[in-house]
Amino acid sequence: MSATLTVETKRGASTSAAEIIFAPLNGSGSVSWSEIVRTAFDSLMANRVRSFLTMLGVIIGVASVVALMALGAGASNSITSQIQSIGTNLLFISPGQLNNRGPGSGSVSAQTLSMDDDEAIKALNLPLNGIAPSIQNGGTLVAPAADKNISLVGTTPSYASLNTLTLQSGTFFDDAQVREGAAVVVLGHTVARDLFGSGEAVGQSVRLNGHPLRVIGVLEKKGGGGFGSIDDEALMPITYIQQRFANMRTADGNHYRVSTVTLSVTNANDIQGVQNRISALWRERHNLPSDATKDDFSILSQDSILSTLNTITSLLTAFLAAVAGISLLVGGIGIMNIMLVSVTERTREIGLRKAVGARGSDILMQFLVEAVVLSLTGGLIGLARGVLIATLVTLSGILTASVSAVSVTIAVGFAVAVGLFFGIYPAQRAARLNPIDALRYE
Amino acid sequence: MNTMIDVHDLTKVYRMGEVEVPALKGVSFQIKQGEFVAIMGPSGSGKSTLMNLLGCLDTPTSGTYTLDKHEVSQLDDTELSAVRAEKLGFVFQQYNLLPRQSALRNVELPLIYRGVSGKERHQRAAAALDIVGMSNRMEHRPNELSGGQQQRVAIARALSGSPSVILADEPTGALDTKTSAEIMGILQRLNREQRLTVVLVTHEADVAAYAARVLHVRDGEIVDDLAQTPRAA
Repeated sequence: MSATLTVETKRGASTSAAEIIFAPLNGSGSVSWSEIVRTAFDSLMANRVRSFLTMLGVIIGVASVVALMALGAGASNSITSQIQSIGTNLLFISPGQLNNRGPGSGSVSAQTLSMDDDEAIKALNLPLNGIAPSIQNGGTLVAPAADKNISLVGTTPSYASLNTLTLQSGTFFDDAQVREGAAVVVLGHTVARDLFGSGEAVGQSVRLNGHPLRVIGVLEKKGGGGFGSIDDEALMPITYIQQRFANMRTADGNHYRVSTVTLSVTNANDIQGVQNRISALWRERHNLPSDATKDDFSILSQDSILSTLNTITSLLTAFLAAVAGISLLVGGIGIMNIMLVSVTERTREIGLRKAVGARGSDILMQFLVEAVVLSLTGGLIGLARGVLIATLVTLSGILTASVSAVSVTIAVGFAVAVGLFFGIYPAQRAARLNPIDALRYE
Repeated sequence: MNTMIDVHDLTKVYRMGEVEVPALKGVSFQIKQGEFVAIMGPSGSGKSTLMNLLGCLDTPTSGTYTLDKHEVSQLDDTELSAVRAEKLGFVFQQYNLLPRQSALRNVELPLIYRGVSGKERHQRAAAALDIVGMSNRMEHRPNELSGGQQQRVAIARALSGSPSVILADEPTGALDTKTSAEIMGILQRLNREQRLTVVLVTHEADVAAYAARVLHVRDGEIVDDLAQTPRAA
């Protein structure tokens, strides 16, 4: 009877305790959010390993979405900066149609663009910074110590300014040297290094097909461009190449051909207008219908190249992110599965909570918040993992991955949505439990 | 003396597929505030059904039930939850404490659902534990407590929301004789000192002996309604 005695001796204290109990009660009538969240954390912490394994799907999903979107954005930025590094407001005119001719037709149609076309553009007096025809041909440069198979670009002096090329040493060839077809060459950075090592290249002599060329300049390092780097090329007066190599004449044999004409438009707003004027001029000169159906040339703007490439990268990124998103969905199904198990395991608890006054909506909210806490915690851990992966890739120097606020919002928002979506069914099951059955559940 | 519970012609019919099983066949009685009533009967007599109806855990097929002047027989689930929270305190045979929560937190549970702020909740829960002599075990979890101690915590939980009626469903069913006497003593004391209405459901005459009035239920009907001198705990 000792326990009873304890109660009896406490009678004095219990009187005041009773006053507290039977005093009017101040309640808002609804459960506070802090209690809901606390209850959710309590029950998740009670099954730590299970909670973590359940979150794993969401963690992996969010981490891959964030990392892939960061890598995609990084790739896109790198492409943009490389293309912009070529120059500004550039238009590239090439012979042939890119979109309706198969490979191999290029060499035939290439002959339709000639130096005369270039001169005709100049005659239009368009608002241009410059215009540079160019022709490319492969060749082997032979230096005393080494030789190298490279792409030779024959062009005019304005090519350097259009492509924002700067010289590391020496000079570029001038208009006079182009007129006379001088045997001079300006080497790309890598070419100079490969042929002459760390020694001075300017003033040296290299041989091309047995003919000597004088190196008059070496370009500064420019880095990789989208279509092969200028560092791996050598620039020469266009006339030299046209005269020294075979197949440099147009089909009728009357003109020298040109592989690309590069234009720099003064004002970005004029690009479309210039493009239209040149197209019209070309159709007139080549006797083509004005509806563009038979064009034997194509004009690409720097912007259109950029937007095409960016479309490709963003499509690729979206595709990869969607694949990663599937693992988020699978993670959501894992959450639903575990929440259903949890509802069954805690049937008696639910019955008790209802007996002491919990409404169906309180139970619904409790389980829903548990599911969202799972998915949100998983989402935040996944976010940290994704940022870590992006940082590691950046540190490795492959790409500068950039985690954007948008991708973070999408990934974490999606994780919460997954928790809500897959949590609602188990929560409804819990809320609809009959308290009597739940209390008697074994 | 106020009437706390007024049951009139209460019936409950369970439908098992095609068959209708009447569990209660028109039960009427009144319980006044401050009474200690035992509802006795063998298993299958309908006493559990009656307990569920009195506890607002279920709704009757017909008849009326007035609890503390409120007609509750036609309320929906959400309204019944509110009635349970405000008017009733439950004590179960299996204690039904939340296993991972401290005694204090268990006692706070009904107050959480009534939106009582942290400070008042703590104060009330501590007072309730004091009344049942458990104030030195507030931070213990159920698995660190004996059966009798767990049932005390459960009584404190029933008390914490300042209920009008305590409904005890076989509260000593899982306890030995000595501990049973202690638990019944606590219920008697609450009834006498706080004038708290206590309704006890049991199939044991020994336990029903602690009440001042016994309703005998058999085959869904009240067959006897006797006043008695309660046994001292």
